[in-house]
Amino acid sequence: MSTDVNRRDPLATTVAFGSIETANAQAAVQATAQQQASKSMSSYIGTPTSRVDGRAKVTGQAKYAGELNVAGLVYGSAVGATVAKGRIVRINADDALKVPGVLDVLTHQNRPRMADNDQAYRDDAAPESGAPYRPLYDDRILFNGQPVALVLAEDWETARYAAMLVRVEYKAEDHVTDLHAARGSAFVVEKPEKPRGDAAKAFAAAAVRHEAEYFIPIEHHNPMELFASTVVWSDDGKLTVYDKTQGVQNVQRYLCGVFGLKSDDVTVMSPFMGGGFGSGLRPQYQVVLAVLGAMSLKRPVRLVLNRAQMYGVGYRPATIERLALGARANGELEAITHEAIAVTSQYEDFSRNDTGWSGILYKSPNARYTHKLARLDLPTSGDMRAPGAATGVYALEAAMDELAVALKLDPVELRLRCYSDRDQNEDLPFTSKSLRECYRQGAEAFGWSKRNPEPRSMRDGKELVGWGMATGVWEALQMPASARIVLTANGHTEVATAASDIGTGTYTIMAQVAADRMGVPIDNVTVRLGDSTLPACPIEGGSWIAASVSHAIIGAADEVRGELLRIAKTMPDTPFADALAGDVVLTNGKLARAGDVARSVPIADVMRHGKVEHIERIKDNTFADISKYARNTHSAVFVEVKIDEEIGIIRVTRAVSAVAAGRILNPKTAGNQVVGSVVGGIGMALHEETLIDHAFGRIMNANIAEYHVPVHADIHDIKVIFVDEPDSIINPLGMKGVGEIGIVGVAAAVANAIYHATGKRVRDLPITLDKLQRQL
Amino acid sequence: MIKFQYDRAADVTDAVRQIAADPEARFIAGGTNLIDLMKYQVERPPRLIDISRLPLTSVEETPGGGLRIGALVPNTDLAYHPLVEQRYPILSSAIMSGASQQLRNMASTGGNLVQRTRCFYFYDVTMACNKRQPGSGCAAIKGINRINAILGTSESCIATHPSDMCVALAVLDAKVHVTGLSGSREIAVVDFHRLPGDTPQIDNNLRRDEIITAIELPAQGFAANHSYLKIRDRLSYAFALVSVAAALELESGRIKTGRLALGGVAHKPWRSVEAEAALRGQAAGPETFARAAEIVLRDAKGFGHNDFKIDLARRAIVRTLTQAANATPQSQADKRIR
Ligand SMILES: Cc1cc2nc3c(=O)[nH]c(=O)nc-3n(C[C@H](O)[C@H](O)[C@H](O)COP(=O)(O)OP(=O)(O)OC[C@H]3O[C@@H](n4cnc5c(N)ncnc54)[C@H](O)[C@@H]3O)c2cc1C
Ligand code: SF4
Repeated sequence: MSTDVNRRDPLATTVAFGSIETANAQAAVQATAQQQASKSMSSYIGTPTSRVDGRAKVTGQAKYAGELNVAGLVYGSAVGATVAKGRIVRINADDALKVPGVLDVLTHQNRPRMADNDQAYRDDAAPESGAPYRPLYDDRILFNGQPVALVLAEDWETARYAAMLVRVEYKAEDHVTDLHAARGSAFVVEKPEKPRGDAAKAFAAAAVRHEAEYFIPIEHHNPMELFASTVVWSDDGKLTVYDKTQGVQNVQRYLCGVFGLKSDDVTVMSPFMGGGFGSGLRPQYQVVLAVLGAMSLKRPVRLVLNRAQMYGVGYRPATIERLALGARANGELEAITHEAIAVTSQYEDFSRNDTGWSGILYKSPNARYTHKLARLDLPTSGDMRAPGAATGVYALEAAMDELAVALKLDPVELRLRCYSDRDQNEDLPFTSKSLRECYRQGAEAFGWSKRNPEPRSMRDGKELVGWGMATGVWEALQMPASARIVLTANGHTEVATAASDIGTGTYTIMAQVAADRMGVPIDNVTVRLGDSTLPACPIEGGSWIAASVSHAIIGAADEVRGELLRIAKTMPDTPFADALAGDVVLTNGKLARAGDVARSVPIADVMRHGKVEHIERIKDNTFADISKYARNTHSAVFVEVKIDEEIGIIRVTRAVSAVAAGRILNPKTAGNQVVGSVVGGIGMALHEETLIDHAFGRIMNANIAEYHVPVHADIHDIKVIFVDEPDSIINPLGMKGVGEIGIVGVAAAVANAIYHATGKRVRDLPITLDKLQRQL
Repeated sequence: MIKFQYDRAADVTDAVRQIAADPEARFIAGGTNLIDLMKYQVERPPRLIDISRLPLTSVEETPGGGLRIGALVPNTDLAYHPLVEQRYPILSSAIMSGASQQLRNMASTGGNLVQRTRCFYFYDVTMACNKRQPGSGCAAIKGINRINAILGTSESCIATHPSDMCVALAVLDAKVHVTGLSGSREIAVVDFHRLPGDTPQIDNNLRRDEIITAIELPAQGFAANHSYLKIRDRLSYAFALVSVAAALELESGRIKTGRLALGGVAHKPWRSVEAEAALRGQAAGPETFARAAEIVLRDAKGFGHNDFKIDLARRAIVRTLTQAANATPQSQADKRIR
């Protein structure tokens, strides 16, 4: 991927539907020892930078997994189960096989060999306990829509037509898909957060109490791009797999395990992804089916799921959240009990942390957290943007709002009174926590001080106006990753790692960091990613990619610079005779003395002198041990709703999201992430819900006409503020990821605003007009 | 999607001849509904007769002061047609409230009338559905029926007709012109769609051999006092939970003629002659409107998830009549309800 399409555009801080303010965009370069050196150089880091892959995407040059054409391509179509649980009794593919152009119909009975042990199917993102689902493995039906056959044909239309001719008989068994029906049988899963004090006793004794149950339904990710794999089989039995995935190396290892292949025999590519939101963290069944097809036909095979089949993979688990908050009359919390009951499958125990977030946000001497799972006859639930926090913090922040009402306290004031400067779960200080600043700047930008605290007190014509707010919190993670830099004598820099860019802007920030560190214009940087043969990189999740990859690039760049210095020292009249690695920088295509850049030698001259065409270095990132610190991003979200009470129409007319996430590498792409997250949060609050007919265990709105996400008309003004958050502890760049923090708290802010507007509390998401009406 | 033969109709006569010869064939116009249904295997026509190139695309004034709209006029063109915007703004408004720009560009006037229900169970061929497979039962009655009907339902089917355009056509007393083997005839829009009864598989009164050629609007367009209010789960691009078309002819504050039709509540655009009679001669005010709403909904019946529609429809009727009376029709561009 060439970066010559990039335009550096420092003024372009405005994105669709929103504006992004970067308090720290200019002042982002911090005075750590390592960064002193870069101060004199052009700094792409911190500058709003357009996507380097933008032009390729909008012109169609960027090819996605389902778009790659190879000669002799075979097309697959998957047949899904129509019962939720049971066994396959008989599969009759005779009619399908008779269709001209149909090459084969694979089922569990005639497929190529697959591994017979659970370990082989356990990918990097698999839950620790349970037996991962094995696609097309045996006659057992674990969920409705599970693939039971793969039709392979010379063209897509034939495959799809023949797929409907495959007749499958089942012996159905009793199933359960309703969390409410199964909550009684939910079991406790261990979570790291320990209880503090005696929450039950403290709650009973508290001056002011609030206790309630909240509900979040199953939601599906609905990325624009469908799951797709194109598997190219070569005569020596090697496979090149183009896959829609958030982790090429994860899929590579998984396929090696499932098919007993040597690592060299499988390459997985995913140069572009049309959205993931977590759905692509685990290998999905289409990649296994496509490989089965390619192996059995010894030909290249493509399989693309259809939209309905996109509802047969992972999802945000429906969760019942119970909160019990006890406070002193002044608002200081005495007791927090947070209990979650979430959905998982019958075969794996997927869970994330819903319940511990209050320990990071609010001081309370007593706290108890319980996380339970209910096993349902559905696919295993999975990660969806800010898993655990999007749901758990919704409940926590709606409950805090209810507590504020009971206390007759301003909701922001309540949060400030409970503000915790330590992570109480771990009893650790934070590397940084500028949440107070988020509250202050968010409130100011929103105009919160003009809020009349009385519900139903604000109006605009026929509409009731409501202002609500909530806190957001997420983790600031960084993982081991490795990057390679290849410097060519002409100053061109290639930077590579096996990351995915799921649309977040990874290409762009990699180019920015490499350009800064190598002292070259960003147009001279080529970024390679999404290829399993590149240096190791974890799956793109948890908002950890930017920090992980950036520091690997810095490491690799430093090594390249070290090598240039080594060569330059041998040049006649070298200005670097006594220079140490830290004394030199790369800037404007030259190796120069830090602090005296006039003393420099062009990189080209150095390389000519050393008789080297390329300098190539691979480096793992390294971070100081920060296990004695809690690492989090924070936000404060303010929302205005306008409600036509008689009819029940709810409009989110304004939102301000003030985010503290360390230093922002690229305010433009980071701002996109937060704006998109706020839209996702509005969807959670008002629209999104996967509807299952529990009598059949079948999803009834498996399409994007009836599974509602917000459309343009639902989205108005969204303002994003990145507050200044210097962090000299977390990593050399002082940065944290921003892919998920933006959604956390949004649904609560909307729900709280609806309460403020109407005096009605709907705790069941999504807040549709019938639920509001029931309360009116 | 099954394999099908594709033929083009040369003219209306040819179209009729072709469809009469093959009872399982289907006309295809914009294809925005039919192709979807074919992908879901709900419709499995072995043959498609493409009528999209027939010259039924004009909007012409009739001698009686009305308008004749060709069956293949795209929904977008119809909504933006100057004569429609001027004389029948309620029709423009209803069309603009539906679907998306891209769909409206493709969708035809005739196809909009004949589009099928969005009932979840109708779309899922693994489910019992009397409309799709007569005699198989109705899974929606005990299922997820939030979007289903509250008026005119039967034990066999509680589906709704999803069109917005047709609700406006119903209040305008439009007529459907159709041509079949035995010649042409007119069907009033209000008589075009059927109630499900025990034959829910038959959506409307179009005969197997008939093609819709045009819609005719009478002279009276209610341009002064009208409104189309659509209530849905998001602010655009969703089918109506309840929609109301109201058209009034006022004379010094009293209602000379009042028309009222509902969408999203029944197997057809729901007009209540009785409610309209109750409007006649009355003051255009809240009590009159509430009384009309009572009459419309007197026999309404919910099926669990859709119980809320009854009360919602009541409020929506009153609001829409108020908008119409005040000459402040709901704008489809403004997502705020007036
Ligand atoms: C995602 C989505 C959202 C939508 N939202 C809305 C909405 O909010 N409101 C709304 O009103 N509609 C909505 N629609 C429906 C849309 O209005 C219809 O699909 C469209 O009007 C159908 O017109 P068409 O020309 O494409 O019909 P086709 O799909 O071509 O045909 C539909 C049916 O009509 C028959 N037919 C077509 N023309 C004639 C004719 N001249 N004579 C006899 N039979 C004929 C065909 O045989 C077929 O059975 C939506 C559709 C989609 C896909
Ligand atoms: S309501 Fe009608 S369309 Fe829906 S399932 Fe029942 S019979 Fe079928």
